[in-house]
Amino acid sequence: MATVVHEPPKMDVDRLPSQGSGNGGWRNLVPASGGLRKVQDASPPPASTGIWVALASITMTFAAFTSALVVRQGGAPDWQHMTLPPILYLNTVVIIGSSFTLEIARRRIAAFMGGLHEHADKPLRWLYITLSLGLLFVAGQILAWRELVSQGLRFATNISYSFFYVLTIAHALHVSGGLGGLVRVISKFNNRTLKRSTLDATSRYWHFMGVLWVYLLVLLWMKL
Amino acid sequence: MHDMSAHAVHHGAPTSFIRKHIFSLDHKVIGKQYYALALVAVVVGMVLSWLMRLHLGFANFAIPGLHLLSKNGAPGDIMTPEYYLQLMTMHGTIMVFFVLTTAPFAAFGNFFLPIQTGAEDMPFPHFNMMSFWVTFTGFLFLVASFFVSDGPTLGGWTQYAPLSAVGAVSGPGQGTGVVLWAFSIAFFCVGQLFGSLNFITTTLDMRCKGMSLMRLPLSAWAWFITSIMGLTAFAVLMPAVILLILDHVAGTSFFVSSNLVINDQVLPHSGGSTLLWQHLFWFFGHPEVYIAIIPGMGIVSHILITNMRRPMLSHRVLIYSMGALAVLSYMVYGHHMFVSGMNPVSSLAFSFPTLVITIPSTIIVLIWLGSLYGSKLRINTASLFGLGFISMFISGGVSGFFLAQPSIDILLHATYFVVGHFHLVMAVAAIFGIFGGTYFWFPKMTGRMMNESLGKLHFWLTFVGAYLIFMPFHYLGIAGNVRRYQAFVDDYLIPLIPVHKFITVAALATGAVQLIFIYNLIYSRFWGAPAPDNPWQGTSLEWSTATPPPHNNFGDKMPVVYHDPYQYSVEGASSDFIMQTSPEPVHSADEEK
Amino acid sequence: MAKLLAVTIVVIAIASAIPIVMHIWPLPQDISVNGHLIDEQYTDTMWEAGVSFLASQILLAYFIWKYSRPAPNATVKRFPGGAAALVIAAFVLVGTEALALGVFGAKAWGLAYFAPPGADAMPVQVQAGQFAFYFRYPGPDGKFGPLHANLISEANANFFGLDTTNDQDSKDDIVTAELAIPVNREIHLLMHSKDLGHSFYVPGLRVHQDFVPGLDLSIHFTATKIGRYEIVCTQLCGLGHYNMKAYLEVKSPEDFDAWLKQQAALQ
Repeated sequence: MATVVHEPPKMDVDRLPSQGSGNGGWRNLVPASGGLRKVQDASPPPASTGIWVALASITMTFAAFTSALVVRQGGAPDWQHMTLPPILYLNTVVIIGSSFTLEIARRRIAAFMGGLHEHADKPLRWLYITLSLGLLFVAGQILAWRELVSQGLRFATNISYSFFYVLTIAHALHVSGGLGGLVRVISKFNNRTLKRSTLDATSRYWHFMGVLWVYLLVLLWMKL
Repeated sequence: MHDMSAHAVHHGAPTSFIRKHIFSLDHKVIGKQYYALALVAVVVGMVLSWLMRLHLGFANFAIPGLHLLSKNGAPGDIMTPEYYLQLMTMHGTIMVFFVLTTAPFAAFGNFFLPIQTGAEDMPFPHFNMMSFWVTFTGFLFLVASFFVSDGPTLGGWTQYAPLSAVGAVSGPGQGTGVVLWAFSIAFFCVGQLFGSLNFITTTLDMRCKGMSLMRLPLSAWAWFITSIMGLTAFAVLMPAVILLILDHVAGTSFFVSSNLVINDQVLPHSGGSTLLWQHLFWFFGHPEVYIAIIPGMGIVSHILITNMRRPMLSHRVLIYSMGALAVLSYMVYGHHMFVSGMNPVSSLAFSFPTLVITIPSTIIVLIWLGSLYGSKLRINTASLFGLGFISMFISGGVSGFFLAQPSIDILLHATYFVVGHFHLVMAVAAIFGIFGGTYFWFPKMTGRMMNESLGKLHFWLTFVGAYLIFMPFHYLGIAGNVRRYQAFVDDYLIPLIPVHKFITVAALATGAVQLIFIYNLIYSRFWGAPAPDNPWQGTSLEWSTATPPPHNNFGDKMPVVYHDPYQYSVEGASSDFIMQTSPEPVHSADEEK
Repeated sequence: MAKLLAVTIVVIAIASAIPIVMHIWPLPQDISVNGHLIDEQYTDTMWEAGVSFLASQILLAYFIWKYSRPAPNATVKRFPGGAAALVIAAFVLVGTEALALGVFGAKAWGLAYFAPPGADAMPVQVQAGQFAFYFRYPGPDGKFGPLHANLISEANANFFGLDTTNDQDSKDDIVTAELAIPVNREIHLLMHSKDLGHSFYVPGLRVHQDFVPGLDLSIHFTATKIGRYEIVCTQLCGLGHYNMKAYLEVKSPEDFDAWLKQQAALQ
């Protein structure tokens, strides 16, 4: 799997101002007199902005779930607080670990793109490790659900289980989206068409999934 | 939402029919698809309103052929009470989601936001394409519910739990109908989230050379602000409908409380919170009405500026006021719940920002009026609809003073006063924005002019007709007429039946008038006079490109922007307007402020 | 055409105001002790909203009339004071208006919702269900017996789910389909829903409160006029929603006592 990249991928253009749209362009640079000043554009490429916008939206969704949980847990006497399946703690370690491995891959590619190194040092291996850990996490979540179901603890058993399934399934679906993103990064990397902004956006999304998971774990674990 | 790459912006012009007109990545085609969807939806929604009005005015009137739509709902072509509620629910849902959100925001925004910012396309065209097709799938789900055995849901567009959550036992349409409704809304949310993502990123990152944020036209600002609202509001509605679906099909108890008895059977649910649904729904629902109206404000400002031949008194104040509306809209949603059983202290707390939100609304209206002062107003169909929008917005806005106060809401809650209020301020006003935008931008979108005489006829009949329909709603509400009733049985509402008959006649006539618009639209599309590039002598970027715009919007030469968006009647200039792309110097106190 | 539009706007504005000014469709007659506060608030708001409405529409019409069809050499004039003046006007005029309405309106709301019912208020229970209201009076012992959801039976006319064989307090409870109350006596209405969301709206009483499944709510009011009034449901509750109503019978104290005795005999 180890690949040494010998030629620079076509990706550095991200940092340069491009003509017209695509990566921003010049802003506010044309004074009333009409004279043009060419100044390097500092605005981020769309993927960098877009990922923050998407994360804001995902945050709102989980905030809505959270407020529903708080209202529901606080308002009714029928809440039976659940014991989390122990495998979830293992999954937590896996998803946090995957953030580290992705960060290693990202830094290696970034250093290479920034011209610090002549070739990226085995970044692909770390990307594959990240992908495997991600798959392992999803598999671990599926095991957790199966374990609960085998104990007869289903969606409608108690409202605490309803929330558990809703939150973990919603999170797992978002993680699966991140896995798709990783596959895409790997394929673009192999085609030498990976952009720095794509890599950064995917890794931000992936880290966010890790943070979101820790948040959900605490939310489900503690009794308000 | 992992796919963030921007490479597809530079997609070449497609050649096959399917990639060009159906699964197109081009924001202009997607904008037109949204417009077409809104047009189909508005026809369905309007026909439903005719059926409802016929029934309210003339309860025993047999509507020929209605039994074909639903055998149970209209035996002998006479509408049953539950079928009335089912049609009413569909009318509300179709209009709010698939017309008032799609047309002014998704349709015009998709077509013109990238052009007005000077971009070649949206940054994530695949998401943009999915945005439309997911929304369209949502529409199919909704329409499908007409054809399931017990018909569409009867729960109203607000779909209050537990009526919506306990299943078929609570009434016809509450089984499959509700599930289809909820899936439809979930799809719609996903579609609009994808759209909002593109709109925000386009505005922030895709502007052309020289296009600072303050140089964006007011319409672009309105779409930008709306997309931020969409991003947060739909992200809350989606989890809410997911929980609703689960209550419905998985037997969970998010919204259904314990010990509810229907047909002498105790329901199996326990402990759910009825008010939770209302909080989640209205946290989306109030921003939603601003999602419907803010694009209209932007479009109308844009149209009026072009036709007044002057910029608004203050570009910034209008932008800040629209922003203030957006922020406040999240803090006022509780005014829908004054008598809902929510803590009465919260009612007072929600009442205050609701009264405060009238301040930015008033500023916007006053800036419009102050800008009309001393202008050089041109009358054409687009500007007529723009002026009509202002009149409607004022009329619908002032009734908000009543509904913002919990004490008066005791009297007016759930009456026709509310129906009159929101129809004028958000439905009719927004539709005037859509009409104005259509007459104004049709030449750019299709390359042909619309017929002005038919357009003016359409305006006059619609303007007068809309007032004849919706003003009497307020009188009904003041007299205590409760909404969502399909018939007026032997009670205090009987004396109001003549008013209902009057509204019905006005609604049928005004509805029929819309055929003029549809005829004009279709005729002009194929046989209208060819449109020049800049028929209204506008200044913003959509008028500096060809008509209709080429695949990448600006052809070989990307625009460079030198000015604020609205340089009309500039002293000492060579003509009465200076386009944003014109390098002609402007020596004005307003420029670059 | 601009002048026609200006005239049309003015005509529509004035025509819209006429039914309000002439009270063609007035508010339902007030039959409550505190309702006049709401009515005064409504009237004040109508003045402020009405003046805003007419002033803005007439101003709009005037500007359309005056500034359309300019002379070819006309120049654009700036509104005196510019945007700043308008922003200040909006803050001062509407801000004051909104603040005043908010502050004064709180009183009527407070009397309805913050003031507790008087100690001698008569308790009555109301249960809303698809598509009828039922009322329960505690009987001579002054106590309501407990409710049992599993005992609710339309067929046996046990609408509340009372266990009259085992529960001592339930034995003398009086269940009726109409709400009879003595005039000028405060009523403490205890509300719960049997099935779904409903609402209790008596326009004349200036009382409007939703039923929330799973939540026991209460309101209190005093009727001042003998007569028969309608109680309607305003929360969409299903196919029979439009027909879900009951009657409020406001009786003289003597008539009320006689009615209650008669109802007790029917149980």
